[in-house]
Amino acid sequence: MTTRPNWIAGTLAAIWLAVVALPLYAMVTATLQTRTGYAANGPLSLPFGDFTFSNYVDAFDTGFAQYFLNTLFVTVAVVLVVLLLVPPLAYAIVRSTSPLVRGVFRVFLLGLAVPAQAVIVPIFYLISVAGLYYNLLGVILPTAAFALPVCTLILSGVMRDISPELYEAMSMDGATPFRAFFRLVLPLSKGGLATIVVFSALQAWNGFLFPLILTQSDDTRVVTLGLFNFQTQYGVNIPGLLAAVVLSMIPILVLYLFARRALVQGLIGVGGK
Amino acid sequence: MSSATARRGALGSTGTARRAGRPRTGQAAVGRPGSVWALPATVFFGLFALVPLVATVWMSFVTWGGIGDPRFVGLDNWTRIGQDSLLLKSIGLTVVLVLLSIAVQTPVSLLLGVWAAGQQRARAAVVAIWFIPLLLSSAAISVLWRALLDPNFGIPGSAPWLFGDGNLFGHQGTAIAVLVFVSTWQYTPFHTLIYQGGARGIPAVLYQAASLDGAGMVRQFFSITLPQLKNTVVTSLILMLVGGLTTFETVLILTNGGPGTDTLVSPLYMYQKAFSSFDFGGASVIAVALVVVATAISLIVVKFSGYGEMRSQAEGV
Repeated sequence: MTTRPNWIAGTLAAIWLAVVALPLYAMVTATLQTRTGYAANGPLSLPFGDFTFSNYVDAFDTGFAQYFLNTLFVTVAVVLVVLLLVPPLAYAIVRSTSPLVRGVFRVFLLGLAVPAQAVIVPIFYLISVAGLYYNLLGVILPTAAFALPVCTLILSGVMRDISPELYEAMSMDGATPFRAFFRLVLPLSKGGLATIVVFSALQAWNGFLFPLILTQSDDTRVVTLGLFNFQTQYGVNIPGLLAAVVLSMIPILVLYLFARRALVQGLIGVGGK
Repeated sequence: MSSATARRGALGSTGTARRAGRPRTGQAAVGRPGSVWALPATVFFGLFALVPLVATVWMSFVTWGGIGDPRFVGLDNWTRIGQDSLLLKSIGLTVVLVLLSIAVQTPVSLLLGVWAAGQQRARAAVVAIWFIPLLLSSAAISVLWRALLDPNFGIPGSAPWLFGDGNLFGHQGTAIAVLVFVSTWQYTPFHTLIYQGGARGIPAVLYQAASLDGAGMVRQFFSITLPQLKNTVVTSLILMLVGGLTTFETVLILTNGGPGTDTLVSPLYMYQKAFSSFDFGGASVIAVALVVVATAISLIVVKFSGYGEMRSQAEGV
């Protein structure tokens, strides 16, 4: 099947390549032009006439550095919460014989279907009652909670592949579940751990809804909200706006270059399997 | 296993777990972890996802404007929202958007996925580029397309033969087309990847047998590829349906529901009800309805496609 020429799909593949690549090209060239140059030449022109980096400098001047730090803080915190909570849960799901744990797993499976929109009103209420409204912690907690079901599903799938013989071998030196977890299960689940790190990091990095309703001030603004804000304030300055968009993409694209496998697996999460 | 054993297991793993390591019956070589291991994640998930979910249902029966204490009003919100013509319009728009997205994305990602399942090196490179939109936040993508399609400075202005007056965001039809296009741009890679995985799992021998029988490419696609990908199609459809029903920031940033309320989808309407009109009770009614509809649709698709019984086959893929 692999060598059969498939012209219909092949043509579509080429078209799709253009559909994806052209806008990205237009985006980058726009950011390298001055506003007047862009207005005169249009979005598909080459940036030869008035090449400039000033749009990127401007983006930083309008507070983007702070937004980056905030997003980074949220992302690291969410990943830490996920790494702390998911491995023990996945281990229990795979190894425990308790019916309680089976019930818990079912709850997490149902949790997969709950969209974030469904809870924003009470979460807004809870966070404002708890006085976390001007605090990034208010964003971190629900973002992490909504990353748990998929991460649990991914990691328990990986842990299920550890063969029972290995547990038996460990029993020779009287290993406890605790010891088996650290000496056997975690080292053998490295791929799965990388996947859930990437998945939760992307969720946090690209998150929009929770920051939108749970933060208001400039010093708690995250990158995605910063972009939204830029658009409403400086919508006419397209090169400047797109420079901010490019900046927001760079960290993930760098990650994509170096950790494509883990990233792809993290992205397809539950759907791809 | 009785709950008493479960409790003992739980106790055993909290402390030093003295006995847990000793093999009991032939099965358990290393002691089993108790339910305590599942506790922290469960509590956390309960607090920040399940409790709020239940609270959403409760809030659909109260009136609350953002400050002060919520007041119980029974079914008032539900009857009021039931007569809200704007909600009906938003539901219609949501359905149209979801169906159009599915109609565009499914054939495209199916063909691309089958193509990408091939083995040549060039394909891997092409797929790596296709994939980029999926890495980007919906916010970044929406801001990008809003800028590229800007009526004054964007692409439409330089191609009037194609875009007419160039104001794509000014008419309902073109605004909907933009929303469908952008969500296709963003999510096609994801579904392509799903189909690629599915297509790789189809045994090559089926195609060999078909070509021996003289079946052409198109015939093979409809007689082998499509039937074999049945489960994959269902998975992809469910994800498109549920994802489409909750599309929010794309619409907020690209059209903000406009022109007028002509692209006001239900999630955006819900958001506006809560955070612009401060009608949190009414917003909760829409939220509850969204969850119920999303879950119901998934269950119905699973039931009518026989996906549930096919699970084991899907596992092998």
